[in-house]
Amino acid sequence: MYKPRNIIIGVIAFLALIFFPVWSSLFTTGEAVGAEISLDTPMINAMENPKCVEDTEWMRANHMKLLADWKVEVVRNGNRIYVAEDGQKYLASLQNTCFECHSNYDEFCLKCHEYNNVSPTCWTCHVEPTVVEEGNK
Amino acid sequence: MNVAVALVIVLAILAIAYVGVELLGLAFVFSVVLPYVAVAVFVVGFIYRIVKWAKSPVPFRIPTTCGQQKSLDFIKQNKIENPSSRGWVIVRMALEVLCFRSLFRNSSAELTEKGDLAYQWEKWLWLFALVFHWSFFFVIIRHMRFFTDPVPGFVTLWEKIDGVFWVDLQQLYLTGVLLLVGITFLFIRRVVIPRVRYISLVNDFLPLLLIMGIAITGLMMRYLTHADISAIKELTMGLITFHPVVPEDLSMVFYAHLTLVCSLLIYFPMSKLMHAAGIFMSPTRNMANNNRMERHINPWNPEVEVHTYEQYEDEFRDKMRAVGLPLEKDI
Repeated sequence: MYKPRNIIIGVIAFLALIFFPVWSSLFTTGEAVGAEISLDTPMINAMENPKCVEDTEWMRANHMKLLADWKVEVVRNGNRIYVAEDGQKYLASLQNTCFECHSNYDEFCLKCHEYNNVSPTCWTCHVEPTVVEEGNK
Repeated sequence: MNVAVALVIVLAILAIAYVGVELLGLAFVFSVVLPYVAVAVFVVGFIYRIVKWAKSPVPFRIPTTCGQQKSLDFIKQNKIENPSSRGWVIVRMALEVLCFRSLFRNSSAELTEKGDLAYQWEKWLWLFALVFHWSFFFVIIRHMRFFTDPVPGFVTLWEKIDGVFWVDLQQLYLTGVLLLVGITFLFIRRVVIPRVRYISLVNDFLPLLLIMGIAITGLMMRYLTHADISAIKELTMGLITFHPVVPEDLSMVFYAHLTLVCSLLIYFPMSKLMHAAGIFMSPTRNMANNNRMERHINPWNPEVEVHTYEQYEDEFRDKMRAVGLPLEKDI
């Protein structure tokens, strides 16, 4: 037979830990479920059939893999040409291919990366797009 | 045999998930209903077990000790091994829970060629158990990035420390790998050592295989099949804010992972995994050894009628005096 006081404290601590995400979500402002990324850029709007290098769904989950593969191909093998699944050829370049369409870094890359708490190391080598914009002004 | 049964159960769970999601299209059931049910069963079952334990009688002061108890001033007390106050009980319990101190004492007994019993240094179980439990803890901490928005600083900090090694352009989370290493060792130990295998039941293997499945599917999603974590976070945030949505592009590996986790949560309260709560309620661990300083009376001892010597003398004083017996109180 235990003292009820200790048991109640233990159970409350257990519940507080288990439901941490639930009660902590009450104190945060982030109401929107999911990160809304914007495809509203001049280049994409000008496209008749907006299409990324690969299938959109595939890109959502695998773009980091694609970029890593590009890095190896370009830096180690010197191969700048990427042949997509549908046979279309692209210049394998983050700055010249990806950012040509997705020129809205803050509304595109950053939205998802912040939402999912990932900090890719793109900008240890490449120039961060926002910095370029500020430089151009 | 017991391994096979446990393996079949895990494979059956995976098959059910596959049939349910892929063939019957019950994505809502497996991504929303099942997690809610699992958490409800887990929490209610967990508390039920605690309350049941709390109600069970602990009539004796029975701390197990292995050090000098509190004695005369010039004899040094081993305060951790033989605590006589609440504070040192907490220290002892903390070391037990956080460092698995009693497991550290594990030794292996073997017969030598001569037939003598020899005890040997055996720290592997302690080491891998510690690696496994701490890795699991940190893996859960890292999963908080799917359950919070914005993600709290301690999660990000731990991600940085945990992912200090980079493989190509991706962080390799050490605890994820160590979790699988630890659980695999614990599993192999049960299978390979004949004595341990002999006493291993289905309910010993099932948690191991479940957690192994969870670790494998988790690592697969991160390093091989690349799950769409945005979609996953949409689901998890929907669940915790009670506005569930079922994103369409969740992969089968994710459903396998989720179903195994839910199975583990449902299984938790009715399994040996309850040692997580039980450790705090072990009478041999959570009591101070103060038997020689305080009198502990069994709380439900019945009132015993006694006839003390004083009462006896009061009753027979005259007769005792008459025959010349010595009296304590001669009135």
